[in-house]
Amino acid sequence: MPQQQGHQPDHETYTGHAAPPHQAPLTAYFVVFFALMALTVLTVWVSRIDLGAMNTGVALAIAVVKALVVILWFMHVIHSPRLTWIVVICSFLWLAVLFVLTFSDYLTRHWNIY
Amino acid sequence: MSDATLSHSAEHAAEPHGHEQHHPFLQHHFEDMGQQHEASTLGMWFFVAQEILFFGGLFAAYFVYREMYHEAWKAGSHHQNWQIGAANTIVLIGSSLTMALAVWGAQGAKRKFTTLMLVLTLILGSIFVGVKGYEYAEHIHEGLFPGSHFTYTEATPALTRGVQMFMTFYFTMTGLHALHMVIGAGLLLYFIRRSWRGDFGPEYYSPIEIMGLYWHFVDIVWIFLFPLLYLV
Repeated sequence: MPQQQGHQPDHETYTGHAAPPHQAPLTAYFVVFFALMALTVLTVWVSRIDLGAMNTGVALAIAVVKALVVILWFMHVIHSPRLTWIVVICSFLWLAVLFVLTFSDYLTRHWNIY
Repeated sequence: MSDATLSHSAEHAAEPHGHEQHHPFLQHHFEDMGQQHEASTLGMWFFVAQEILFFGGLFAAYFVYREMYHEAWKAGSHHQNWQIGAANTIVLIGSSLTMALAVWGAQGAKRKFTTLMLVLTLILGSIFVGVKGYEYAEHIHEGLFPGSHFTYTEATPALTRGVQMFMTFYFTMTGLHALHMVIGAGLLLYFIRRSWRGDFGPEYYSPIEIMGLYWHFVDIVWIFLFPLLYLV
C-alpha cells in the first residue's frame, strides 16, 4: 500500500497495519473446494454404512473438519491478525458453554442416578 | 490514550484536509486503509460470533429433542431426499468457491472477474433456494408441514407426533438458513453493482471480504444441517 500523503499517525494508539493484502494463490481455493467435495462424498458414503450410534459422531466429525477448512482458508482466518483469532476461538468457546450446560442437563436425565 | 486522541482531533480540525489526500473510501475516523480493513473484518467476525450462537441454540434444541424422539428422528430423516440434499450441498459449496474467488479478484483489482464471480455466486445461491422451495412444496404436498396441515401418519400415534416435531425443526432450521441466503442474495446484488462500477481494488476490498465472511458462514450452517437432517 503506498504511503499516505500528509496526515501521518503521530500518536501511540495505532501502530500501523498498512501491509498489502494477503492474496492466496488461486489454486489454493480450488484445492479447498475439491477437499470439501471429497468430504461431502465421504459423509454421504459413511451414512450408508450402519455404524449404530457412531453414525452421528462420524457425520459431525466430518462436518467439523469441513467447517474448519472453510473458516481457515475461505474466510482467511489463517492469515488474519491475532485479534481475529481470539474472536473466532471465543465464539466457539461460548458455543461450547451453550452445548455443555444444556446437554449436561437434558441428555443425562434418563440416567436416573439421583 | 484519550490525550493523544484529543490532540489528534485538534490537529485534524486545524488544517482542513481535502479528500484528494487519501483513498476516497477511507472513513475519517481511521488512520489508513489497513486499519479500516482490520476494524471492518473484526466487526464482521463479532457479528458472525452472535450468528454462531443464534444457530447454536437451534442445534442444541435439535439434539435435546433428538434424544427424546430418537425413533421419530430416524423416521423423519428418511422422508428427506438425500440425493437432492447432497446435490444442493455441492451447489452451495460451489457458491462459496465463487465467493472466495470474487474476494481474490477484488484484491487484484480484476473488475470484470470479480463481478462475474459475484454473479455466479448469486446464480448458485438462487439455485439452492429454488431447490429448497421445491423440497418444501413436496413436503407440504405429502402432508408433512407441522400443525393442522400435518396429515402424515406413521405406525403409531407417538411416532407421528415425533415426526411432526422433527419436521418442525426441519422447517425452522432450513427456513432460517434460507432466509439468510435470501438476505445474502440481496447484498450480492448491491455488491455486483459496486464491483462493476469499479469501487474495489487491493487497497479497498473489505466490503467483498465481509460479504464473503457472511456467505461462508451460511455455507457452514448448511454443512451441519445436511447430515443432521438428511443422513442420520
